[in-house]
Amino acid sequence: MAKRIDVTDLNVYYGSFKAVEGVSMTVEPRSVTAFIGPSGCGKSTFLRTLNRMHEVIPGGRVEGKVMLDDQDLYAPSMDPVTVRRTIGMVFQRPNPFPTMSIYDNVAAGLRLNGVKNKKTLDGIVESSLKGANLWTEVKDRLNKPGAGLSGGQQQRLCIARAIAVQPQVLLMDEPCSALDPISTLAIEDLINELKSEFTIVIVTHNMQQAARVSDRTAFFNLKATGEPGRLIEIDDTTRIFNNPSEQSTEDYISGRFG
Amino acid sequence: MSSVTGVSATDELPGPDGRPPLSGDAASTGRVGDRIFGGAATLSGVVVIVLVSLIAVFLIVQAIPALADNSANFFTSREWAPGGDNPRFGILEFLWTTVTASTLAMLISVPVGVGVALFITQYAPAWMRRPAAALVDLLAAVPSIVYGLWGLITFSPFFKPVQGFMEDKLGWFPLFAPTGISGGTIFFIGIVLAIMVLPIVTALSREVFDQTPLAHKEGALALGATKWEMIRTAVLPFGRPGVISASMLALGRALGETIAVTFLVSALADGSPWTWSLFNGGETFASKIANNAAEFSNPSKTGAYIAAGLVLFVLTFVVNSIARVVIERRKAFTE
Repeated sequence: MAKRIDVTDLNVYYGSFKAVEGVSMTVEPRSVTAFIGPSGCGKSTFLRTLNRMHEVIPGGRVEGKVMLDDQDLYAPSMDPVTVRRTIGMVFQRPNPFPTMSIYDNVAAGLRLNGVKNKKTLDGIVESSLKGANLWTEVKDRLNKPGAGLSGGQQQRLCIARAIAVQPQVLLMDEPCSALDPISTLAIEDLINELKSEFTIVIVTHNMQQAARVSDRTAFFNLKATGEPGRLIEIDDTTRIFNNPSEQSTEDYISGRFG
Repeated sequence: MSSVTGVSATDELPGPDGRPPLSGDAASTGRVGDRIFGGAATLSGVVVIVLVSLIAVFLIVQAIPALADNSANFFTSREWAPGGDNPRFGILEFLWTTVTASTLAMLISVPVGVGVALFITQYAPAWMRRPAAALVDLLAAVPSIVYGLWGLITFSPFFKPVQGFMEDKLGWFPLFAPTGISGGTIFFIGIVLAIMVLPIVTALSREVFDQTPLAHKEGALALGATKWEMIRTAVLPFGRPGVISASMLALGRALGETIAVTFLVSALADGSPWTWSLFNGGETFASKIANNAAEFSNPSKTGAYIAAGLVLFVLTFVVNSIARVVIERRKAFTE
């Protein structure tokens, strides 16, 4: 179920603006990899290239190579729709579909894949909501609108929606930045449980969060505004936070800038 | 966005922290500025309600004496001979013509208008969006007499062979039965009305589709939706109340459209036989009243026309109420 991601020499452009330069890294299956770094360093942009969501933004394109096990995500024959069905994404602000019920939100991805059987849908909706630690809170109101839930619940609903289609990889773009500490804790616990099944990549502004949830941490930085962001280093989380190889990483971790 | 139903996609949006929008007097601070502005707004609101009520009262008061003198059934008779010693008049023909022509106009303009709006907001290249939107807004402002002229002079000759073809191939179906009338048939008027209201449907639908939050669109795309699936899961549901409002506004215009229709209709001779055919002529409420404005010679005669106007008034009212109910039923699901 979980797959490895291999990135080689990736540049990301928006039009003629080079947003990210020369990133190479490996993301291990069944692990949590955290991206940290100051605002504008390209970590979210880079995350989006892992399921080709950057193409949604006009002018977004990449150079370089991203491999999911032995599949080239940017091969000419590769359909971005297929990529996104394999690599799910959770966004900064919870974005359940406002016109859909809780049930329909979770079932949305499955229905896009052509699953129509009511029993199959019921089963997967239940297991996904359980997988997102939301089932007990919503099982009596599956037909109520998803937008009626609290922010934290909405975000877990979005995670349930993403894992319902059984992706190989789950990308999370600052999933807790719009949430209160209790809801954040619930999501972090969930990430810990999900990593036994999925490869997880999480962008976070919160260094403690990276330290708490991740196995590996990647530090991104940029020389100056207008310059492309770069990957400074990626290593085991304990090492990044205790004994990083780069001076700028240590400066950032210790709060000297950023 | 204002609309005839008073409902728009943004009406019920909660504030950023999820509270319902401030309403009523809750936000007033009681200072002079607040009280003046609050009073002015309240006054405007009251004036609108009073005006609409007065119009209704006017119509009813003027219509009642004429209706009391009427010796034919007002709703089921096709005769129209108001005034005189023994007035006989009924609205069946106008009701049929008005409703069918407008329905046909909606059947054509709503799907096409939504399609155009989706094209402009979702498919058109970025450089084309603004000019295309401006063009549509401009079309919405073209006076209806221009559509009437265009329909009569340019479009009518094109439509004749189409009607001939349809009568030939589909004439066995009562709605398309040949009647010997060509030119200002119900079908033709429906098409001209459709073209006339198309920019309204398009302009308002474009406005709401454009406001679909990027987060919802990205949510759908990240699930592996194709563009069309993204539109179906994110854009269309979000725009639904707006599209309904737009359609109602357009329908209101189609039902009440006077000048273009007056220009185009083939009025039927008195006593011509009833037919279900859309290729029949016939007057709408508005065109009948406009065509006979010169005849308002005595109260009894005038009353008959006002009664017809009252039916149009109620018809628009009912249609808008239905739209309101449709939107209200799904309110919990519109954020």
